[in-house]
Amino acid sequence: MSFDVAAIRGQFPILSEIIDGQPLHYLDNGASAQTPHAVLDAVRTYETTGRANVVRGVHRLAERATEAYENARAEVAAFLGVQPKEIVFAGGCTAAINLVAYSYGSLLKAGDRILLSELEHHSNIVPWQLLRSRSGIELDVLPVTEDGRIDLSALPRLLTPRTRLVSLAHVSNVTGAALDARAVVAAAKSVGAKVMLDGAQRAPHGPVDLPSLGIDFYVFAGHKTYGPNGIGVLWARPELLEAMPPFHGGGSMIGRVTFAETTWAAPPRRFEAGTPPIGPAIGLGAACKWMRGLDWVAAHAHEMSLTQRVMDGLQKIDGTWLLGPSSLQDRYPVVSFTLEGVHTHDVAQVLDSFGVAVRAGHHCAQPLMDHFDIDGTSRVSIAPYNDNSDVDALLAGIQHAARTLR
Amino acid sequence: MSDQLYQERIVALAKAKTGAGKLVDPTRSVRRDNPLCGDRVTIDVRLDGQGRIAEIAQQVRGCLLCQASASALAAIAVGRDAAGIAAVRHDAERAVGREEGEAAEPFAAFAPVRAHKSRQECVLLPLEALKDALS
Repeated sequence: MSFDVAAIRGQFPILSEIIDGQPLHYLDNGASAQTPHAVLDAVRTYETTGRANVVRGVHRLAERATEAYENARAEVAAFLGVQPKEIVFAGGCTAAINLVAYSYGSLLKAGDRILLSELEHHSNIVPWQLLRSRSGIELDVLPVTEDGRIDLSALPRLLTPRTRLVSLAHVSNVTGAALDARAVVAAAKSVGAKVMLDGAQRAPHGPVDLPSLGIDFYVFAGHKTYGPNGIGVLWARPELLEAMPPFHGGGSMIGRVTFAETTWAAPPRRFEAGTPPIGPAIGLGAACKWMRGLDWVAAHAHEMSLTQRVMDGLQKIDGTWLLGPSSLQDRYPVVSFTLEGVHTHDVAQVLDSFGVAVRAGHHCAQPLMDHFDIDGTSRVSIAPYNDNSDVDALLAGIQHAARTLR
Repeated sequence: MSDQLYQERIVALAKAKTGAGKLVDPTRSVRRDNPLCGDRVTIDVRLDGQGRIAEIAQQVRGCLLCQASASALAAIAVGRDAAGIAAVRHDAERAVGREEGEAAEPFAAFAPVRAHKSRQECVLLPLEALKDALS
């Protein structure tokens, strides 16, 4: 399998950055990925040749801006295998989940139940807790297995006739474990529950064929998918979007406003009040197009061979403990670990001095940390532009931390 | 590799674990968390009749900087009252570059943290806990 990682790296200007005389080894892609020329150029083109507000203007720049914004929506839709009118731009992945929790949540009644899991990111926990406070819904929680997967064997026990929604991570941001979405959908449908997947950690690894999954809602973040900050995506089945009331009120999301009554625009505009993040949306469209242009069979094989290299290297260092699946089966390139006797922040700090960027801490997944009775982990998260030199620098840094800090 | 932060003196302070543990019958016991990084410090103190620290113990579930700071603090806390600990706090702030001036020992050891703004709270957390214990 040939994968020209040098050609990919050449598209990402930040990867040639030298920090304190050292090359950058960026392995914190799960927090924010880097962005290629294709995205930077698209945003620059908008800002320099088409910057204006969208939808209502009739002048030439407004026409250009609106066309670019709607083209971006079409690119995102193509990335997910769905229709553009089913794509809602939000301020981020967290904002998209909050939109669903507020808007779809307002259709739920006290006593209705939502099923989450123990490994969810806080962004897929807290919005539902806020909904619980507002409306009296109940939350149920799927446990995790010892290898860091959502334990689907508990589905029959935790799905009830009152379960209205199952909302789970498509891929864990801590363990990299991929969800068997079809099994979840089959079980959820048997009780009439909808399914939402948090795709924040899945979308950066190539197009997602949503129709084949049979789910109802999908969300992901722009900045983790090689796009700009301040943009995220909600996809929902059109009949659900049609039934949902607005989240935010303001310009652009209305049909007709009078002081007596206001009617709503059709989706997706109903959920895009005010001036949207136009440049970031255009950048995300370019990122989706860029991702669709990649050979993901080769890219994924490359990512997973680096993942194996990380796992093999870590296991050779005395006192490391890996959290997550022990094999590459049904997982994505995220590796979390602890180093006995050295705090995760100290591991990350030493790695920084080797030019290696990783994430340390609870990864906004405190219930998962509590399950494993740990304060946190150091997390390596890989993108297609990473290479063996990144992994080798990582392992050298961890060995140094193990030698000097304990 | 430019490993400037974890210099020998800081590592030595952390490894010394001065005052590590709990007191049997503390006058005050205070726990402080840093919600950003998850560091957690518990400080136990036994005070004399004049509000001075007669005995101190510290427990840290956190990074090496936090451990080193708690250890340094425990080494010099006995005999000090709230004002005396406030003076130590100024030393720590000077060491990490948040205040002007020279820091006295043992907090002078934390000078390398100046360049790492995101880690300065790790040094200050034990002082926050002790301040609460004396308030």
